[in-house]
Amino acid sequence: MLTAARGTLTRFDPVLIRVRTIARNFSELAYQVYRHPSALIGFVILAAYVVMALFAPVLAPYPPNKGSVRQSFMPPAWQEGGSPAHLLGTDHVGRDILSRIIYGARVSLWVGFLSVVVSMVVGLVLGAISGYYRGILDDVLSRFAELLMAFPFLLFAIGVMAILGPGFFNLIAALTFKSWVEFFRLVRGETISEKTKEYVEAARAQGQSNFAIITGEILPNIIHSVVVLATLRVGYMIITEASLSFLGIGVQPGIPAWGSMVDDGRDYLRTAWWVSTMPGLALLLLVLAINLFGEGLRDILDPRLKVD
Amino acid sequence: MRGVRVLERILSTIPIVFGVAVIVFCVMRFTPGDPIDVMMGREGHVSQEQIDALRREFGLDKPIHVQLYLFLSRAVRGDLGNSLTKHRPVSTLIRERLPATVELALGALVFSLVLAIPIGVISAVRQYSFVDRASMAAAFLGISMPAFWLGIICIIVFSVRLGILPSYGRLPYGLEPARVTGLYVLDSILTGNFSSLLAALRHLFLPSITLGAAMAAIVARVMRSSMLEVLRQDYVMLARAKGLTEWAVITRHALVNALIPTVTVVGIQTGVLLGGNMIVETIFSWPGIGRLAVDAIFNRDYPLVQGVVMVYALTFVLANLAVDILYTYINPKIKL
Repeated sequence: MLTAARGTLTRFDPVLIRVRTIARNFSELAYQVYRHPSALIGFVILAAYVVMALFAPVLAPYPPNKGSVRQSFMPPAWQEGGSPAHLLGTDHVGRDILSRIIYGARVSLWVGFLSVVVSMVVGLVLGAISGYYRGILDDVLSRFAELLMAFPFLLFAIGVMAILGPGFFNLIAALTFKSWVEFFRLVRGETISEKTKEYVEAARAQGQSNFAIITGEILPNIIHSVVVLATLRVGYMIITEASLSFLGIGVQPGIPAWGSMVDDGRDYLRTAWWVSTMPGLALLLLVLAINLFGEGLRDILDPRLKVD
Repeated sequence: MRGVRVLERILSTIPIVFGVAVIVFCVMRFTPGDPIDVMMGREGHVSQEQIDALRREFGLDKPIHVQLYLFLSRAVRGDLGNSLTKHRPVSTLIRERLPATVELALGALVFSLVLAIPIGVISAVRQYSFVDRASMAAAFLGISMPAFWLGIICIIVFSVRLGILPSYGRLPYGLEPARVTGLYVLDSILTGNFSSLLAALRHLFLPSITLGAAMAAIVARVMRSSMLEVLRQDYVMLARAKGLTEWAVITRHALVNALIPTVTVVGIQTGVLLGGNMIVETIFSWPGIGRLAVDAIFNRDYPLVQGVVMVYALTFVLANLAVDILYTYINPKIKL
């Protein structure tokens, strides 16, 4: 059982034993995912997307921005007038939609994962400090978090993008600016409740430093909830990035992103439905896979939250 | 006692609203390119005297804390300044656009609740049946669906292919009912204008589905799980043992209690409905404040951005307040 394995994370063992325990926990987790059908399906689809993004130049039939107007609006291969040379058809300037979808996976995955990792780290550090030490810092951070919660996420991201201008790192900044709050609130709450438990008292009685207690005692006990939240947030971030790209304020123009591809096709819904539909479908499938995996992970790691 | 607590809770929102106003003001003021530069950029070449005159006119020559004080004291009186691009008072622009946004949010809310609550209840009562599995699969799809794509699919299917529903605007030109509330559906009913009512409902349909789909999915899932939880409680067993019909057990005993977590989710999602309407208003050319906000941000129309963001934040805070207060009435065990 994974919970039993997690319990064996003995705190005073040498580094080697700890590494072995983590490795064992990890292989236990992999086995649990393998046994959980929806988590496994989600993981496999997600892995396929990652491979697609990594090997985009090899897998994509054409460069993402190559196209000629003479080949514009070719329908998908299975429709009348379609050609196997362009499986999912071409857009208004004759670019191959399949190739652009394959390249577009890079933006979505990078932005999704990176923005969640940054938010998670910021939220984890501030939440743990805030929940452990309390005091004025906790008050200030909690009030600030409350204030940020009063802004709709997308509006906030649009505002930050308008100030910073388009670009990959600006996009990460815009998405992270508010989303660390979710992690902060979770970690703070969990830290406050863990702090009163006996094992923390015991560690304190042994004379461990506050830093050692936070990182060695409390964090290992709350990290699973954080991982679950992080996984479920990735899908949301990917959708938000696509929404920003759809509004024309995502990564730089020229880099294929699914949101802007959907936007490209908006003027041609009557004549060329595939231009908007296909990239959106790729986006939906990716988010579906991440959510399947995330909810599976939640069932495994945090059964308290399991939806019956 | 409850009245005092409600009042305390209402008062506790004041610092948040105040904080939001200060943040919005600071972000706008410390952004590169001040409003006068933006205005001058539009007007072409101007002299330094003209720039100074405009600075004085907008109060930008005063120290920053005085500007903040002026901004806050005017905002309290409902004066949010003039739009730089539209040259009209921001409060007037918001007043004109707000009913469209409220109507859309209400449409989405009604759509999602009418769909999600029965689905959640049926799924829980018939756990693991085909209906349960199918609706939970659909709900899962709903939470993973990007709103802008769903909107486009709705347009392709219902407007382009089937040609049965309009894909943009609130009403065809000339059909607007006499203004009472600004909500076309309500105004058409109040003035007995049924051709407008039908047209308004037809225009509202696709945007409401697009905006409300994610909320419907979340509410259905929460409703199902809280209903399952409640159905296992002793008092439900007791109600059954008393010989009540299954219908009475579900509606009178289980549903009321299962609604409590749903109310929280609905409150939080109301904020999300407002946050998501920028996308939906863009797709369906819906003339609400979402589209106004996006345009204002793109045009760096600072007073307008400030005003719209304040309205959004205020609505968000009020939605949370309403949930908290409602909570004490449906669940007297909970104290504010």
